[in-house]
Amino acid sequence: MLRVHTISRFLRPYLFILLVAVPTGRTRAADPLRFNRDIRPILSDNCFACHGPDQATRKAELRLDRAGDWDGEEFVRRILSDDPEEIMPPTTSLKSLSASQKELLKRWIADGAEYESHWSFVPTVKPTTGNNIDEFIRAELTQRRLEPAKRADAATLVRRVALDLTGLPPTIEEQQRFASPEAYEKMVDYYLSSPAYGEHMAVAWLDAARYADTNGYQVDRDRELWPWRDWVVRAFNANMPFDQFTIEQLAGDLLPDPTLDQRIATGFHRNHMMNEEGGIIDAEFLAEYTADRVETTAAVWLGQTFNCCRCHDHKYDPFTQRDFYAMKAYFHNVPERGVGIYSNPIRTNSPPFIKLPSPELESKLSTINANLKRVEDRIAAVDVGDVDLWAKQLSETVIEWKQLELTKATGGDQPPKLAENAVSVGPQETRTNNIEIVVKLNHTRPTALRIECETPDAEATFLWSELKVGQAIIRPIETEHYKLVDNDRSTRTRLSVTPEKPAQAIFVAETTAEESEVVITLGVENANGTTQWRIFATATPTDLIASESIVAIAKQEPSKRTETDQKLLVDYRKSQKAEYRRLTDEATALRKEIEIVEAEIPTTLVMDEQKEPRPTFVLMRGAYDKPGDSVSMATPSVLPQRADDLPKNRLGLARWLVSSENPLTSRVTVNRFWQQLFGVGLVRSSEDFGSQGDLPSHPELLDWLAVDFQESGWDVKRLVKLFVMSETYRQSSSHPVDVNKNVDLSNTWLARGPRYRLPAEVIRDQALAASGLLMNKLGGPAVKPYHPPGLYEQVVAQRDNPQATYKQGQGEDLYRRSMYTYWKRSVPHPSMMIFDVPFREVCSMRRSRSNTPLQALNLMNDPTYVEASRFLAQRMIQEGGETTEARITHGFQLLLARTPSSQELKILVAALQRSQADFEKDAEAALQLLAVGESKRSASIAPTELAAFTSLASTLLNLDETITKK
Amino acid sequence: MNAASTASDSVFSRRNWLKSLAIASLANPQLFASQAVHFAPKARRIIWLTQAGAPSQIDLFDYKPGLAEFFDKDLPDSVRDGQRLTGMTSGQKRFPIAPSLFQFKQHGQSGMWLSDLLPHTAKFADDICLIRSMHTEAINHDPAMTLLQTGHQIGGRPSFGAWVSYGLGSENAELPAFVALISRPSGPTNAQPLHERMWSSGFLPTKFQGVRMSSGKDPVLFLSNPPGIDIDRRRAMLNDVAAMNRLNFDESHDPETLARIDQYEMAFRMQTAVPELADLSKESAKVFERYGPESQKPGTYAANCIMARRLAERGVRFIQLYHRGWDQHNNLPSGIKSQCYDTDQPTAALLGELKEHGMLDDTLVIWGGEFGRTVYSQGTLTTDNHGRDHHPRCFSVWMAGAGIKKGHVYGETDDFSYNIVKDPVHIHDLNATALHLLGIDHTKLIYRFQGRDYRLTDVHGEVVKKILS
Repeated sequence: MLRVHTISRFLRPYLFILLVAVPTGRTRAADPLRFNRDIRPILSDNCFACHGPDQATRKAELRLDRAGDWDGEEFVRRILSDDPEEIMPPTTSLKSLSASQKELLKRWIADGAEYESHWSFVPTVKPTTGNNIDEFIRAELTQRRLEPAKRADAATLVRRVALDLTGLPPTIEEQQRFASPEAYEKMVDYYLSSPAYGEHMAVAWLDAARYADTNGYQVDRDRELWPWRDWVVRAFNANMPFDQFTIEQLAGDLLPDPTLDQRIATGFHRNHMMNEEGGIIDAEFLAEYTADRVETTAAVWLGQTFNCCRCHDHKYDPFTQRDFYAMKAYFHNVPERGVGIYSNPIRTNSPPFIKLPSPELESKLSTINANLKRVEDRIAAVDVGDVDLWAKQLSETVIEWKQLELTKATGGDQPPKLAENAVSVGPQETRTNNIEIVVKLNHTRPTALRIECETPDAEATFLWSELKVGQAIIRPIETEHYKLVDNDRSTRTRLSVTPEKPAQAIFVAETTAEESEVVITLGVENANGTTQWRIFATATPTDLIASESIVAIAKQEPSKRTETDQKLLVDYRKSQKAEYRRLTDEATALRKEIEIVEAEIPTTLVMDEQKEPRPTFVLMRGAYDKPGDSVSMATPSVLPQRADDLPKNRLGLARWLVSSENPLTSRVTVNRFWQQLFGVGLVRSSEDFGSQGDLPSHPELLDWLAVDFQESGWDVKRLVKLFVMSETYRQSSSHPVDVNKNVDLSNTWLARGPRYRLPAEVIRDQALAASGLLMNKLGGPAVKPYHPPGLYEQVVAQRDNPQATYKQGQGEDLYRRSMYTYWKRSVPHPSMMIFDVPFREVCSMRRSRSNTPLQALNLMNDPTYVEASRFLAQRMIQEGGETTEARITHGFQLLLARTPSSQELKILVAALQRSQADFEKDAEAALQLLAVGESKRSASIAPTELAAFTSLASTLLNLDETITKK
Repeated sequence: MNAASTASDSVFSRRNWLKSLAIASLANPQLFASQAVHFAPKARRIIWLTQAGAPSQIDLFDYKPGLAEFFDKDLPDSVRDGQRLTGMTSGQKRFPIAPSLFQFKQHGQSGMWLSDLLPHTAKFADDICLIRSMHTEAINHDPAMTLLQTGHQIGGRPSFGAWVSYGLGSENAELPAFVALISRPSGPTNAQPLHERMWSSGFLPTKFQGVRMSSGKDPVLFLSNPPGIDIDRRRAMLNDVAAMNRLNFDESHDPETLARIDQYEMAFRMQTAVPELADLSKESAKVFERYGPESQKPGTYAANCIMARRLAERGVRFIQLYHRGWDQHNNLPSGIKSQCYDTDQPTAALLGELKEHGMLDDTLVIWGGEFGRTVYSQGTLTTDNHGRDHHPRCFSVWMAGAGIKKGHVYGETDDFSYNIVKDPVHIHDLNATALHLLGIDHTKLIYRFQGRDYRLTDVHGEVVKKILS
């Protein structure tokens, strides 16, 4: 205890929030020792790595993490030894015991070396030493001779509760309505029933679930999972019991007749990153995704660091490597791949996903589909006349090809070379540079062109993406070459040519003009070798031009043709008919339309189960290509086992997690909600309830809450209400005046209320709400508010990623709540990052709270806050009354829910007058300041006045109190 | 016993010792407490010239004259020995050997063999220590770069610079301790993407993360005041904010409030210091000439090298440049030339300037990428063109400056630059060595997260003593 305070006081002026461990030094000499409280932390930190659960690294076959037959005297001798060869822990471990720790261990051995099960694995039993939060907290305070703080005043509490429950500041009307202590409970109910409650509560869950709008890793393209995010908001607002919340997210798809919502809920475990990098190994990343699910599940529900047992048995906690892979087996049956499948370029999600069409889109689709059906029927009915006669003519036709003269060739990565009427194109990479070849036609009006491609290399492989012949409309005689003339560069033909196997393609001209020369445009991409191109022309009528394979069929006796061949022949004949071409164009257009509508249909990633389960193995050292023993689904062996009637799948796992026998889920969950309201958990390490984690500061309170929560039917709103109704929560958060008397700077014992810097989202949302800019709309796809330019361009790959530039949104998109801001994992929104939002690459249960100059720069200069300042200024002037004092007070109240003191008002009035005088002398500066942001300034207010108030509003937005929950 | 344990017992727990130290140096950022490190540091700062995308060691550093006769011959299976391949060449039928198309010459007193692609760097052959035996496990860019930066393939851990910033604090009250600068290639190469994670603080407090500096209006994000707010108006506003915050503190006694006042003052100082730093216009024509034609273009590698020197002069502890575009799966000969055009002259100019200003003695410069490239060709091999795939089993990195042997070559690969035959150096070893030069024992710079003590080198890493001077 003492050491923590010493550091903190010493460094007070420069503190960021220290995430210090809850001190364990609670023991006075006379107190009986408690293994979990006094001894386990010392053993765990200093001994378990070599004398703990991990069999592979255990030394001298000595195990100290549980009772056993070992020599206590020898133990004491070794820890007290001065001999570098003898002392434990050994010097090479870089660990050492303090004198007081040695003393404790000595006492423990002398008392008989009693063990206790690790505290968090012990079943939860409702303690009888208290019956509400305050009783437990007060008892501890009394023991420590600490005085609880006074209750905070009503104004402070309105703001505290509003920010804590909704993430938004209280409106002035709300401030007035809830101004009396009697209105407190009504206020709590009011904010609990606000839709903003669900949005605010969801944020911490999004951190835990590693929610983002992109796939992560290096390509980092977009994905669609926002319907899942909206599900979370709805679930919190509907006060879905936490056990159901758990079951639906982990296994909604396995419930009997799952609803659409229950399937959407399973997106929880599709939130992990997905790698799309070319050349990755599928199995390697599938192993990553499933491991991520295991680690996330263990952290979020069990508060355990399972990542430690991916490669070996856990060094500190009694979990084996086998436990890890047995848990993985639950998550290993999803029909998915390690490399995302994005075959359809308009689809952003890799299977499995579900479509969520609106009724409008559904009816639109069925209309287009009906039209398409009609056109297809007409195509089938196109008259082709006497096919046999035509086939005969075709088989007798000999086409004369004349090589064309080429006069110029340009474009490509490196200039193409022209020699002897052949264009030589070197290796190509970029996708933007076409090759342009000028061809002499001499007014010959050819009916068809033949394009030949050879290579001088051993082999050349490339993508042929485009072919244009001047303005002419051309048509390939082979279906695969349609990709070249469809004016769509994203559809391409892969060609591979060798000296023995050149390629050729024939195109007939549907229109020609009498020209002396024409420019032929070739799209050649990703070529790994040199290609040589020649062009030939003919005047044979187009009806008599066909591919070799069609001509071969035509040459057969009609009676001897197979059915397939006959169909090919007829289809080709059809393709020569103008009507057919018109209809197929129509069909193509309709199909494209369907694609476009389909692209509008939101999808969302979900879990699904393969019929044939994938075999699961222990992976040696965690390596995907080193399978060991085969394992099947099982919950960790050290914890109470699954009841036999639970299904052996994800659903069984989910039900087990929230079963009353499981000692962890309820403790971990109430602790996380406690952390959300009180700033720090009763167990500080909210992600680690293992033996290296922190001990609960109030173990009995934690257990009382855990049991009470289960008894209430996992009622989240009731739990949150319990917290905020407590006197502990309602205390003033001011530190004691005499700081030297303060023995609890970290507020572990809660002798005062919670006081913390607000989360990133709340800081921005508060500014938008107070200024009146906030666009309150629930849910929907992510939005793109203001963002500094250039950040994406420096790091994002342009080639693979259509989102290589941040395209700022417009209108209401600029003013939505921050939880809807587009989250790109490789370049997360900087103003969110500056205020400690995690990257969202892996599960995160706790944010740090830093205090940095970049935060100051953000609040002072980000257009978001400059624009919000202007709007807050407008409100001050338009709503605040006539006097400067009244107007300033109004702005102050909008943000801080209180009136300024006379000293504060003096500073602010002086500041306003100074700015007013200043801007009157420099009207241009005033106009510049007011032009920041997309919205227009109010024309009814004089610019100098508005600028002065804007500057003042910016001061208010930058106050420490503004970004603090106090 | 080192200083750590004597300082720790009474006040700090041992494992938090370095942590508290970092805070202490922040408490007085002007003071660089050199007694704070584990042993006397050789280096006060690191300039890490990260070549993202993986430069080909065979064409730049790892001279293999014997390969010429193997042109288009298959790589012997015994050399490849079951090595896993990326999905890009695993379907390839043959692995034809592509000897380098570039000439190598010996340079300096040391006679170091270097490629003709690096004429400028070659002038510093007697100043650098070339490690030809680097190796890694990762085979794809993202995991490999993450490993190089954080000691682990999966994101979430602090990057090297963040560890240093955490361990040693800042030497400059106006600038962050860790700065990242990014440049894109001038050629038409496919530049592999980077990731903010690469300079992030991972689970360390956010304040230790690298600050990305760019060219343009705001070298640091949100640095400039909005239009209409000049420096005097900003100063007056900050005085108001501070006065209000002090009143708030009188009521709340919350130390965070005082810290906030300080952070606003630091922000104000940065508003002056950073533009002055980023303004290259006062650099002499001679300097630009030295750094080459690209150096006058903002945001290029050359311009960033000048910035690196300026940052070093101002006491920034960890300066990391990233230059993208080394991923030459095809058209390597033209691609690598273009990359060397971007990087060779500026790199040498930076070394030269540091040397002349006496700063190379306490600056550690590191040049290299995340892995190497294959001796065999990816795609078609011709007499004047080929590509190379990713190769984690060996690659080259050079170091120069503080505490590093000069004109020294370390490590050796086989005749195919495929496997290491002598003195392998893993990324963890490189990091351990760099920390050592900063005076830090890599096994002792630790941070507890989720119940485990983490360090940059994970549970690995050995200081490569043989390259220390």
